[in-house]
Amino acid sequence: MLMLKCPNCGVTAEETEFAPGGEAHLTRFASGSEDQAFSDYLFARKNPRGVHFERWRHAFGCGKWFHAARCTATLEVFGTYTGQTSTPPDDITAAVKAKRPEWEGFK
Amino acid sequence: MSTRLASGGSVIDRETTVSFTFNGKTFKGYKGDTLAAALLANGQTLVGRSFKYHRPRGIMASGAEEPNALVNMGVGNRFEPNQRTTTTEVFEGLTATSQNHWPSLEFDVGAINNKVPRLLPAGFYYKTFMKPQWAWKHLFEPIIRHSAGLGNAPKEADADRYEYFYAYVDVLIVGGGMAGLAAALEAGASGAKVLLMEQTANLGGRLAVDEAIIDGKPSADWIAQTIADLDAMENVTIRTRTMGSGVFDHGYAMGYERINDHAPDDTAPRHRLWRIRARRIVTATGALERPLSFAGNDIPGVMLASAVRDYASLFGVSAGDRTVVVTNNDDAYRTAIQMKNAGLEVPVILDARPQADGALPTAARALGIRVDTGKAIAKVKGYKFVTGVEICSQAGEGTSLETIPCDVVAMSGGWSPVVHLWSHCGGKLNWDEANAMFSPDPIRPPLGSDGKGFVLTAGTASGELATAAALRNARTVGRQAADEAGFASLTVNLESLVLAHDEEPMLPVWSMPAGAPYKLRSKSWLDFQNDVKVSDVRLAAQEGYESVEHTKRYTTLGMATDQGKLSNINGLAILADSLNAPIPNVGTTTFRPPYTPISLGSIAGEARGKLFKPTRKSPIDTWQDANNAVWEPVADWRRPYTYRRDGETTAQAVTREIDNTRTGVSVLDASTLGKILVKGPDAAKFLDLIYTNMMSSLKVGKCRYGLMCTENGFLFDDGVVARLSEDEFLCHTTSGGSDNVHGWMEEWLQTEWWDFEVYTTNVTEQFAQIAVVGPNARKVLEKLGGMDVSSETLPFMGFTDGTLAGIQARPFRISFSGELSYEIAVPAAQGQAFWNKVMEAGEEFGIMPYGTEALHVMRAEKGFIMIGDETDGTVIPQDLKLGWAVSKKKTDFIGKRAMERDFLKRDDRKQLVGLLTENPADVLPDGAHAVEGGKNRYGQENMIGHVTSTYFSPTLNHSIAMALIKGGSKRMGEVLTFPIGDNKTIKATVVDPVFYDKEGERQNV
Repeated sequence: MLMLKCPNCGVTAEETEFAPGGEAHLTRFASGSEDQAFSDYLFARKNPRGVHFERWRHAFGCGKWFHAARCTATLEVFGTYTGQTSTPPDDITAAVKAKRPEWEGFK
Repeated sequence: MSTRLASGGSVIDRETTVSFTFNGKTFKGYKGDTLAAALLANGQTLVGRSFKYHRPRGIMASGAEEPNALVNMGVGNRFEPNQRTTTTEVFEGLTATSQNHWPSLEFDVGAINNKVPRLLPAGFYYKTFMKPQWAWKHLFEPIIRHSAGLGNAPKEADADRYEYFYAYVDVLIVGGGMAGLAAALEAGASGAKVLLMEQTANLGGRLAVDEAIIDGKPSADWIAQTIADLDAMENVTIRTRTMGSGVFDHGYAMGYERINDHAPDDTAPRHRLWRIRARRIVTATGALERPLSFAGNDIPGVMLASAVRDYASLFGVSAGDRTVVVTNNDDAYRTAIQMKNAGLEVPVILDARPQADGALPTAARALGIRVDTGKAIAKVKGYKFVTGVEICSQAGEGTSLETIPCDVVAMSGGWSPVVHLWSHCGGKLNWDEANAMFSPDPIRPPLGSDGKGFVLTAGTASGELATAAALRNARTVGRQAADEAGFASLTVNLESLVLAHDEEPMLPVWSMPAGAPYKLRSKSWLDFQNDVKVSDVRLAAQEGYESVEHTKRYTTLGMATDQGKLSNINGLAILADSLNAPIPNVGTTTFRPPYTPISLGSIAGEARGKLFKPTRKSPIDTWQDANNAVWEPVADWRRPYTYRRDGETTAQAVTREIDNTRTGVSVLDASTLGKILVKGPDAAKFLDLIYTNMMSSLKVGKCRYGLMCTENGFLFDDGVVARLSEDEFLCHTTSGGSDNVHGWMEEWLQTEWWDFEVYTTNVTEQFAQIAVVGPNARKVLEKLGGMDVSSETLPFMGFTDGTLAGIQARPFRISFSGELSYEIAVPAAQGQAFWNKVMEAGEEFGIMPYGTEALHVMRAEKGFIMIGDETDGTVIPQDLKLGWAVSKKKTDFIGKRAMERDFLKRDDRKQLVGLLTENPADVLPDGAHAVEGGKNRYGQENMIGHVTSTYFSPTLNHSIAMALIKGGSKRMGEVLTFPIGDNKTIKATVVDPVFYDKEGERQNV
């Protein structure tokens, strides 16, 4: 059971206090978009073995959404950050890079 | 014959006798005995039958690794199968019965399988029961279910209590042997909060049996002193009878405490599940002795060498009078020495190694014990008990050189560290060639959220089998764990002075004798519980099962309760040998928690019965309960299905409620309806995206029915939206959907449209909502008084704020029944008071409450859909004739892009229709499928849709139904056929789903 820190309220809590929200930083494709782009937005997920950016909600706490950068293989958490961003902030990518020099960067 | 010795037994109290029964026979034991020890003390060596061949099974081990001696315990509502006799302490009145035999333990018909083992090789089930197909269900499966399986399933609800316990510690130590105690002492000295868990009732582990002198103290004194030192530390907690059962992500561990299994009483819970968060976890779980694979190694009387001396030392029980020791290492000589010193016979020690000249063999020889090196067991003689062994050369093919009578064979194939907890969460293993074992690789531990290892191993669990090295390792690790948890230790010297026998290297022996032919291999057991033999694993390899995980499942090696304890390494080695691959390349199967089975009761804890899930109750609940409510669960709520009067059936009560609503006036508690307040400058813009229809054009003071879809275009919730002011909306949701919808809104606001200035709050429980429904509804409200409720001031789909009967109220002119209806929201605390006023004012009009079933029937009569009945996650609004509520003007809303997909625009999708049965009295079964003739490629009828709602309508005096039918809107007037089982069918005509008051005149008055 993972431990995560909610960047909004500062609480470090067990996974059961949070609700997972899948892959982070998806671009929404709305009315008029290409079929393939819309299909990918709905269904295509990276599902990597390694560095992953994902959405979580502090469901049984402050209720706020946030992002986590995490290694799906070792479960190491590189950091959590605000939900109101469409790309991981620099300090997070730097933290990932420091731990995983071979990581090719976000996107 | 096993028996109680006149002396010895460090953990039993010879002053306190307890009596218990086994298969109805009464036995006596001593307080402190395990059931296994007490059975042996009474000469009961036969305790069960094996899984497949129903071979006689005896006690093999003295701890958690026991594969055979599992029994049914207790009776009635305290019955429990598969309890290990080796970990069950005896108590007065204990009742146990043996398992897996018919008709009796002594005589088992199933043992016929044993005579024809070639009929039941690995993969037997897969190979044999393929055809004919019908025979599986009717013949093979019933027979297999009858003959396979271990204990019986309990038939009554468990009478015991269980609980959870949460603990947060700096260092968790699993195992209370020498290593665990030493590690705890070091960690405790640093000031760290330490929890030590030991699965048995006694601390000391193997050190209590295998003596050594530590820092000048004999083991018993060292153990006592260390416990005393730990007890003196306030920051250290020790729990015995508590197994560390699993290690999980980020320092989460589970403990399983058996509080009163050893002394049943009702004052405490039976088991306690510890849910622990630890900064560091130290597994001091010791090692397990491995069996040797020789023919007849499963016959009762063949035991692990360490178990034989455990019974003598801890319980004062001899496993038998004449013990032959067979080994590939020095350690087993301790057993020979122990038995000899107890005055018993040890006719020979068979050592597979070419020579044995270490301290222990020398000591054994000095006692006059015969030691034969390079020798092995060709086979064990006996069936229900050991009568002797045939000796052969380890190097050969098993030619018998000599037969030696004996009643116990004490075997030792070396030791394997218990790596289960280390491995549960991803700790990796190294192959230790010298000791032929897997041991934890300290540089590849399971990682915490910070990327650092959070599990350490101590003592023999680290692979340090020698006492001095194990102790040094344990103390070092104890200090390291505390250090990593943030507590610097002050201890300088981590060396102890240990006096113990040095041991010479062991010799890996996977097959005994080395060249054992099939005849012997097919009697050499690897997994005693599941009847997997050397020949089975070789066959699996031969048939192409190269992966250890596949071989495990094909042969059942290490499955059930064994989980890689006794059978593991021996099986892997045989597989590796068959595949001609090194053992580490074959690898191990995955170690999964729990370490040994834990009770289902402990997993449930207190979450049983009423505490399983809290019931949500409306503010009117108490009144309803006192007024004959027939309850039904609606999401987490309970709601009255109907209010049944004396002498009525439930159906009659529903009909009465409907009639009264359609002709007079009734009242419904609609408080469970979801209510979400959406406020802010961008509230209208936001709701235009959330709902399929336009909400920004809604006028203040008005209501509009709205639909919510997922990004996939599928309808998932609906409800009436009321605009309270320019920037404030109240969104009603379904009773079960309020939390989801609120979460849904927040998700979009926080993660997609975070620039919107909008706030949402779920006010579902802040209001009671009471619907006054029926032609006389307005009269009731007028009598309550306080506001103008005329159709001019408060028209259909309008609402207003004010007071009714002196209570702050907000009546909405909305209707789910098709009648004149006011849904009145009042503060939750005033709910009951307002309900009472309504009942009082309505009395002269014959008001009565109605429940959810009347609500359902009336909405179906009106063709109103119900989320979850007419929708199932694949239905779009257009399928339900709700296309009018999907805006064509808006450039975007959630689900709009999806609805642009071709297949959502097809006109042969399943569409909502009404159905009238040919016979007005026939009510279609819920979910009944319509068929259109012809069969599909599976030989099934071609189906074109199914019934989603079906009722008998008292208003129309006719059965009515709604259904989703392929191309339904073009089928008006068609007669559809619904098979309902037993070769019966119901025919129904497709009609408009609005059965009653199509123009909506009744609600709009």
